[in-house]
Amino acid sequence: MIPAAFDYTRATSVEEALGILASDEGAKLIAGGQSLLPLMKLRLAQPARLVDIGRLPELRGVSKLDDGRLSVGALTTYAELMDSPAVHLAVIRDVVPAIADVQVRNRGTIGGAVAHADPAADLPAALLALDAELVIQSSSGTRSVKADGFFQGPFATGLAHDEILAAVILPAPRGDAGSAYASIQQRASGYPIAGVAAVVFVGAGGLVEGAGIGVTGVSDHPYRAHEVEDALVGTTGTADAVAAAAALVVGDREVSADIHAGREYRAAMAVVHARRAIEAALARAR
Amino acid sequence: MAELHIALEVNGEQREADVEPRTLLVSMLREDLELTGTHVGCDTSQCGACTVLVDGHAVKSCTMLAVQAEHTAVTTIEGLGQPGSLHPLQQAFWDKHGLQCGFCTPGMIMAAADLMAHNPEPTDTEIRHAIAGNICRCTGYHNIVAAVREAASVMREGAAAPATNA
Repeated sequence: MIPAAFDYTRATSVEEALGILASDEGAKLIAGGQSLLPLMKLRLAQPARLVDIGRLPELRGVSKLDDGRLSVGALTTYAELMDSPAVHLAVIRDVVPAIADVQVRNRGTIGGAVAHADPAADLPAALLALDAELVIQSSSGTRSVKADGFFQGPFATGLAHDEILAAVILPAPRGDAGSAYASIQQRASGYPIAGVAAVVFVGAGGLVEGAGIGVTGVSDHPYRAHEVEDALVGTTGTADAVAAAAALVVGDREVSADIHAGREYRAAMAVVHARRAIEAALARAR
Repeated sequence: MAELHIALEVNGEQREADVEPRTLLVSMLREDLELTGTHVGCDTSQCGACTVLVDGHAVKSCTMLAVQAEHTAVTTIEGLGQPGSLHPLQQAFWDKHGLQCGFCTPGMIMAAADLMAHNPEPTDTEIRHAIAGNICRCTGYHNIVAAVREAASVMREGAAAPATNA
């Protein structure tokens, strides 16, 4: 399979890439290309121009900010993320090996996964649960948004055509935190039928003082399940409390259905894996 | 569409090619550079038959543009060993019956080469995870895992006791 013809520009700076995006409606960014190229080969995507940002040094690397948070450059590959201090976050250690395979994790980038916004991508669930921030650059400046609300539909995000996702900011690891990712995968593709990431903060007496729950594969976009978080906070995370909270993971959302899993089954799996993720997160926090 | 002239290192040699932007790395390797050891299986980034090393990392060359490989160092199965002086992975796949039809073998070996580079003593579980992106439809994975395990052992011995009369 051969993609439709396109023009190719390898950007030498973020400014150059932003300039091309601003002046060319048909331009699309490529980094690792692990999601975009398969779509182009199937001709589901036919960009007139690819702007290759894959070699921009300013978008590379993982660095610690003054406040202890981690800035993960958009071009960081999954493999590089697993070689970075981000592995101190247990949910990152859980989620990355669940994504695709070695070869794809060697090329695929964190920024690409977020900007591409596949409704069943694993990583967004973890970013939502971690309350990650996304740093977005355009020719008019830099803005930061929460991962919560960024994913708006299948392959649709809050990123405008003339913007570049520059970095993902992960929280500093905390002693009172536990986190985990649990998913059921479609065996052939490895994509989650339902995937849930959980982050909990546990205080004195085992009281759950805070929680973040990110869900993927279930609806037409990854989402943060505030209902589950609210139900969990203030409890001591007993089996009953966890089960009651996990039961709220779907709510009144429209659940996806395909040949691998109907609505009812997918919703049931979301509840099961919400419970498993929360229980694993609690065990790690205690 | 205008062709682009690119230069890269392939199996230790400087190579050049004129490619369309849409030319996939695997197409350039097979059709322009005539390195047909790298296979095209599914062509959808799932089977891993097209696995090569780019700057030492295993990638699926059906899911990378040739232009993205400009100025990188690519290693294909042809760059690992030669008839008469097989790489320990090639020898072990032979000795342990790690192939029947051989179609997936180049990709399996290149994925295993990536594993060896950062994990010289892999467990069977680690070997299985390392080749999770490679599909075999006839040999079965048992002997493939045995071959990778054997190669790792041979390579460790080689590293511990370098040949003195080389």
